[in-house]
Amino acid sequence: MSDLAGMIVRASDRILVQGITGRQGSFWAERMQEYGAKVIGGVNPKRAGEEFLNLPVFASAADAAKETDIDVAVMFIPPMAAKAAALDAIDAGVRLLVVLTEHIPTQDVMYFMAAARDSNTRIMGPNTAGLVTPGETFVGIMPAWEEGICRPGRVGVISRSGSLGTLACLNLVQAGLGQSAVLGLGGDPILGTTTIEALQALEQDAGTDAVVLVGEIGGTAEEDAAEFIATMTKPVVAFIAGGASPAGRKMGHAGAIVMGDKGTYQSKRSALEKAGATVLDMPSQLDEVIHKVMAS
Amino acid sequence: MDFEEYAAKPLLAAAGITIPRGESVTTAEEAAAAAVSLGPVVVKAQVPTGKRGKAGGIKPADDAAGAEAAARDILGMKIGDHIVERLLVEERADIARELYAAVLNDTASKGPLVLFSTLGGMDIEEAAAQDATAVRRLSVDIRDGLDTTSATQILEGLDLGAATDAVADVLVRLYDVWRSRDAELVEINPLAITGDGRVVALDCKFTLDDLSKPRQADIAEAGVPDKLTDLEARGRELGLTYIELDGEVGILANGAGLTMTTMDAVRHYGGNPANFLEIGGQAYTLATPALDLVLSNPKVKTLVVNFCGAFARTDVMTEGVVSAWEELKPNIPVFFSIHGTGSKEAIPIVRERLKMEPYPTMDDAVKAAIAATV
Repeated sequence: MSDLAGMIVRASDRILVQGITGRQGSFWAERMQEYGAKVIGGVNPKRAGEEFLNLPVFASAADAAKETDIDVAVMFIPPMAAKAAALDAIDAGVRLLVVLTEHIPTQDVMYFMAAARDSNTRIMGPNTAGLVTPGETFVGIMPAWEEGICRPGRVGVISRSGSLGTLACLNLVQAGLGQSAVLGLGGDPILGTTTIEALQALEQDAGTDAVVLVGEIGGTAEEDAAEFIATMTKPVVAFIAGGASPAGRKMGHAGAIVMGDKGTYQSKRSALEKAGATVLDMPSQLDEVIHKVMAS
Repeated sequence: MDFEEYAAKPLLAAAGITIPRGESVTTAEEAAAAAVSLGPVVVKAQVPTGKRGKAGGIKPADDAAGAEAAARDILGMKIGDHIVERLLVEERADIARELYAAVLNDTASKGPLVLFSTLGGMDIEEAAAQDATAVRRLSVDIRDGLDTTSATQILEGLDLGAATDAVADVLVRLYDVWRSRDAELVEINPLAITGDGRVVALDCKFTLDDLSKPRQADIAEAGVPDKLTDLEARGRELGLTYIELDGEVGILANGAGLTMTTMDAVRHYGGNPANFLEIGGQAYTLATPALDLVLSNPKVKTLVVNFCGAFARTDVMTEGVVSAWEELKPNIPVFFSIHGTGSKEAIPIVRERLKMEPYPTMDDAVKAAIAATV
């Protein structure tokens, strides 16, 4: 089992990009390089041995691991090929595997989750926008370089959704603050790293003074995390998306389905409030609230 | 995607689980004809919802005339939100005992979960709610699967007598259906032990993992299509998740999370959303047809375009929306808020071609849009 601190990416992390030669893989690998992330190579079995973006291309993550050290692998891989790519990265022994891919068949996700459990690999996602540690590095598909959105600071951000995580980061910067780490958990129902684990990582992270938790309706991740939040020494400010969404309709994320009385907006909101978190009606209220909770 | 009983049972049979002989019919005459060859039957409404029995949608019949009469009663009946249009006519089983068995996706263990109970039948939920031990649970490592030894262990001490091995065999095969057919859920309730000691699946619910459709194409057609409005169906054809709502504020945003939040903001500031439509993920290049879709809803009086780009590039989305706006020339006001990946390129597109200024925050854009409807 992997340790919690490992989900926060660091400047020293050596990153392998699976699917680097694709349209998205190459676009985002370049953004990561520009940001200063240590991208050490890519994977594409058909182009093994070539150079791409001045980086070596390997046939597999396992092959790459024989030649160089890899801390983090990030997957730009289509859904039906995701299982094989994930198993390859786990086999290569990476510390962290960031699964950006959306729409992976559920049983394929279960399969590589089971394999990861027996290894030292922590999985983020599937269907995550990735991880940013402002000023250090980023892995995935977040606009880390936009100064109005990501800026070094002492607030940790946890989000299931990429677009909404971006909005929370924007609101933090508009409030004059920055982020210690941005942790994208992913929009799928089955996730490698859960809300509670991300909270635990930020609670023990010396660079974090407060946490912004961005959840959404569906699943029980926020309810499950409430008990731990009640024990935290750092303040938690939360926003739950979907209060105005009709019940029982799929809203794009497979996880965002309202079922029974758990998973609803009210159930999440009251669980979080009972645990001592401040729950915002609108993300824009972060400005007035975050300073208060950090001062107290 | 849910499968009705008549479409789900053949999946069990293909895996070697015994099901009653039966025929799927749509008229009373066909029901009568089926009963001629089947003998005493049960006539069962085929609708994608539970509680069919309690609603009067399942009736026994001794002969063809009885089957015809039962079919006339049930066809056209409303059960839940569904009108009965199809029946399953099945040979009647001699039920000695009713059991319950299921395999489903379990978020907590991140793998398959096998459920079994000796309290099968219509009241299994109540029985399970009253007594947590009434339903046995086994988490399975998907890499190993479920073998006969583990299946037999689930049944230990349950007093199934001579049927124990046959029931364990059904569990193994049921797991195989779940695994080979990418089910989210496959459930047999009741799983009957008959008077002559056979183990027969008398009902079946099957839900296909929609994400597996590319490799389950041969069965995906047999599922119940989602109930969609015309606009929602158009959205699906385009590969967009579009949900029609009752309000007047049209919404175009990227990503499910941000789109839900935009709806929340509309509600928070006193308006009502007209739709859910996200063009994030791979759909972010579809801004033009997406805008056309939003504007096709006659209730829309005003439009909020809210982009917060991560993966989805706001320059690509904005170019698409602005081009579509120029082409369609809609007669309603539009309010933009644009941040994130590509926003430096995106904002000048709005300024120069639509001669308007994007709002600094989502809240400002939403408030202005609501004000414009009054």
